[in-house]
Amino acid sequence: MAKMRGAIVVDIERCKGCNLCAIACPLNLVSLSATVNHKGYNYAEQTDWTQCNGCTSCAIVCPDGCITVYRKKEE
Amino acid sequence: MITKEELIQPENRVYGKPALMNDTPMHYCPGCSHGLVHKLIAEIIEEMGIEEDTIAICPVGCAVFAYRYLSVDWIEASHGRAPACATAAKRLWPKKLVFTYQGDGDMACIGTGEAIHAMNRGENIAMIFINNAIYGMTGGQMAPTTLMGMKTATCPYGRQADLHGYPLHITDIAATLEGTCYVTRQSVHTVANIRKTKRAIRQAFENSMQGKGCSVVEVVSTCASGWKKTPAESNKWMEENMFPYYPLGDLKNTAEQ
Repeated sequence: MAKMRGAIVVDIERCKGCNLCAIACPLNLVSLSATVNHKGYNYAEQTDWTQCNGCTSCAIVCPDGCITVYRKKEE
Repeated sequence: MITKEELIQPENRVYGKPALMNDTPMHYCPGCSHGLVHKLIAEIIEEMGIEEDTIAICPVGCAVFAYRYLSVDWIEASHGRAPACATAAKRLWPKKLVFTYQGDGDMACIGTGEAIHAMNRGENIAMIFINNAIYGMTGGQMAPTTLMGMKTATCPYGRQADLHGYPLHITDIAATLEGTCYVTRQSVHTVANIRKTKRAIRQAFENSMQGKGCSVVEVVSTCASGWKKTPAESNKWMEENMFPYYPLGDLKNTAEQ
């Protein structure tokens, strides 16, 4: 069965760790990292990319446009 | 089984930061609604293909540096005078998209006169009004749109009617004026609301390009720093407290007729 596969790339240095993406993800695949970026923010990261279907919710709610979403149909 | 390297390729990119929003780091606090509205404006201008035909007017307030973040032509107006600048720009270049981007301190306080008269004259401009019920930039003072009982730096016991008056519904006033063609109130706290706001701003921009009259899009926003809450708590607080005072939806739409 064809399945949508997705993955996100976070611009770590641009991220301010507001956590809105983690709340918006319907599959709870985004969380804040344990480490910080140069500004001292815990940045967003994808915990399990294999479950992601590329719905773009996290990227749409990102106020700083840090998240880029990639999606492909797997046959 | 597809690998991550195969997936992360330019041809599979479905969503990301619009090109018009440049790489300058935004000074807004984490979770600020300004960033979202900036992103929507960038997306809409790109979709309409009018990067070279846009004149935007900056306010004074948190969005005072908006010209740093979006690669379109901006005019920095003095406090509250964005609609006056926009009037001049639109009358000189009637084919261009001219929009103002104002906060509650700019449009509902110092610039009320300019804003209401520009709306009443039916200037063919779009006005984006960010209402977060507080002065974010100067440190969380009371704004005209602050809710009754809401605590701020200058009303530490909560806003009281006998001392501070009542919240100003400037968008409702705009809807009663004959010069406005499209008046709506939206928010950007969920994916669905962000999509609705994007449609609203796009319609306002199209009205400006087609010369149908003045369009006002109020975006009920959060101010996590001013409200002293986390971004997620701010969104919840906004749903519970702001929306009963500032209900979402179209207040007026005569542009489609």
